[in-house]
Amino acid sequence: MFTEFFFELRAQGVPVSMNEWYTLLEALERGMAYSSLIGFYYLCRAVLIKSEAYYDKFDLAFARFFEGVETPEDLPEQIWEWLERELPNDHTVRMLGDLKQYDLDTLKQMLAERLAEQTEEHHGGNYWVGTGGTSPFGHSGYHPGGIRLGGESQNRSAVKVAAERRFYEFRDDETLDTRQFQMALRKLRQFTTRLEGAKTELDLDETIEATGKNAGRLELVWTRPRQNAIKVLLLMDSGGSMLSYSQLCNQLFMAVNRSTHFKDLQIFYFHNCIYDWLYLDPSCRQSESIKTTYVLNSLDSDYRVILVGDASMAPSELVRVGGIIDWGLYNEEPGLTWLQRLRRHFEYAVWLNPIPARYWKWAEGAYTIKQIREVFPMHELTVQGLDQAVKALMARKQ
Amino acid sequence: MKKSFNQFTGSAKYIASEELRNAVNVAIALGKPLLIKGEPGTGKTMLAESIAESLNKELIVWNIKSTTKAQDGLYVYDTVQRLYDSQFQDHDVSDIKQYIKLGKLGEAFVSQEQVVLLIDEIDKADLEFPNDLLWELDQMSFYIPETKETITAVHRPIVIITSNAEKELPDAFLRRCIFHYIEFPDVKRMKEIIKVHFDNLDRKLLEQCLETFYWIRNFDNLQKKPSTSELLDWLQALVLGGIHPRKIGEEIPFLGVLLKKNQDLDALLWNVKNPRAAKRSSFYR
Repeated sequence: MFTEFFFELRAQGVPVSMNEWYTLLEALERGMAYSSLIGFYYLCRAVLIKSEAYYDKFDLAFARFFEGVETPEDLPEQIWEWLERELPNDHTVRMLGDLKQYDLDTLKQMLAERLAEQTEEHHGGNYWVGTGGTSPFGHSGYHPGGIRLGGESQNRSAVKVAAERRFYEFRDDETLDTRQFQMALRKLRQFTTRLEGAKTELDLDETIEATGKNAGRLELVWTRPRQNAIKVLLLMDSGGSMLSYSQLCNQLFMAVNRSTHFKDLQIFYFHNCIYDWLYLDPSCRQSESIKTTYVLNSLDSDYRVILVGDASMAPSELVRVGGIIDWGLYNEEPGLTWLQRLRRHFEYAVWLNPIPARYWKWAEGAYTIKQIREVFPMHELTVQGLDQAVKALMARKQ
Repeated sequence: MKKSFNQFTGSAKYIASEELRNAVNVAIALGKPLLIKGEPGTGKTMLAESIAESLNKELIVWNIKSTTKAQDGLYVYDTVQRLYDSQFQDHDVSDIKQYIKLGKLGEAFVSQEQVVLLIDEIDKADLEFPNDLLWELDQMSFYIPETKETITAVHRPIVIITSNAEKELPDAFLRRCIFHYIEFPDVKRMKEIIKVHFDNLDRKLLEQCLETFYWIRNFDNLQKKPSTSELLDWLQALVLGGIHPRKIGEEIPFLGVLLKKNQDLDALLWNVKNPRAAKRSSFYR
């Protein structure tokens, strides 16, 4: 019946699998939705959704799918009291076929009339508002197309709850905060035992070897626990066109800076493109600079390189000798050559672009973006993009 | 609604929202692990205690650290002890059983009564950790090759797993869990929570505190937002200090209880002094 809902969820990009769907059906069979839409809503969310990042998409899909199914909220207090008293166990459902189906508007109208007529409590029966029975109004009863009034202590309709979209800020295709960047960066690691540190783990193979050599007298050999061996080189564009992305880049910068699990972290800045000099701070002053060749020579090729920039510049800045944007500076080799040199030296490198990927072909710098993408794998600067970038950094050059 | 035997309804010390209670009951009924996420200080760990208390079951806590491996939860084979014993020959080292020590998961399996097993902060461990537990949590059994024994759960434990979302958990693992995200409590629920911890708090003091607390929480630039536990500590301090409610909004006494980081304190004070400048964002720092 509501298998369509499964497809609606998938269409919204919520990763629901058959596995979870079966679990949901099993739970429904056991009556875990407590025969109410809000109970169904919570049940679906608990079983089908596995990250708060998808709560919002789930809400959207739910609101869209179950639109029009709602429970009225402004009922007179007294009616609530009647409804709170449960019907003693007589849930035999009879003559279901005879019950009339009403559309929502008719139901609402009938309810209003019925409430005007009704003067006392009713439980069971098929006409008055109350619990049990087969009247279309009330709870714990059965009517195939009725309005549930209350039941449990809830009065919010599931569709309304869903429509509130309280989890909007958890969506992960939005650009996100430092913490989520950090999470993505945490995946950037590779364990090794060949680093410095205290030897605290028993090395079984070596112990056997040593004990054997010691004529059977026990000799324990200890080894170092595993540590992350990943070293990171972060190169950030701090040129004028990056100003509009400063907030985003700032977050990435803080995330990288706070990630304590790297063995080493080097950060340099550049202005639009990389030439002979890299800068030590974002102001890109010549007095605070270091030769790019020095960086290339002093850093091993196993540094993971993350370049951050919009890759948008005048084509001349990228491909022409002397194309450097800074007045008074001259470059013997075009920026592209420097980028290629960087790419050749470091085995793992990615470019993160704060411009959303869907604009890369149409953005102002489309030409240079295309050129640079041929040198570095480029990902957009979102959590998903960073995720992919980190994966690329863990694998060899594509 | 029929009340089944294992029905979690919250406990005296713990206010559980309806959604949370539902999620817990679904997990118990379906025999699946319940994964709880949420901001620090929203009572993720307390939940397991509350479930154990309300269902009157024993609670086994498995605290996960960055060095914890899945194997640690099943059993540990103390080879070093056995080697030492063999050297001095005062034990019968052929009996391997005495060197097999069950971990927390193993303990939960062999318990003669159903227990609540809390796997606390699963995201602290290695990325592969949850995957290594898939089979054991699914089948509720594991095999010890050293003794050729299979440990099978006598009663399927109620498994509660908490995560601070420091790492994403693998999909295969998530598919097997029931999931719930604990939202930060709103003012209304916060009052209920406070009521549980403080018997008769001055109403004005409470109002003032909550107003100030949520005002502080709404600052964007805080590195660590104050949580429920910090609010409770703060209230305690204010009550003990005998601070007049009127003073709270004006000078925020004992601010250090709410904000633990120097930068946050500075940021807040600076924000208060320069409300306009605070809106400008700086470039890269």
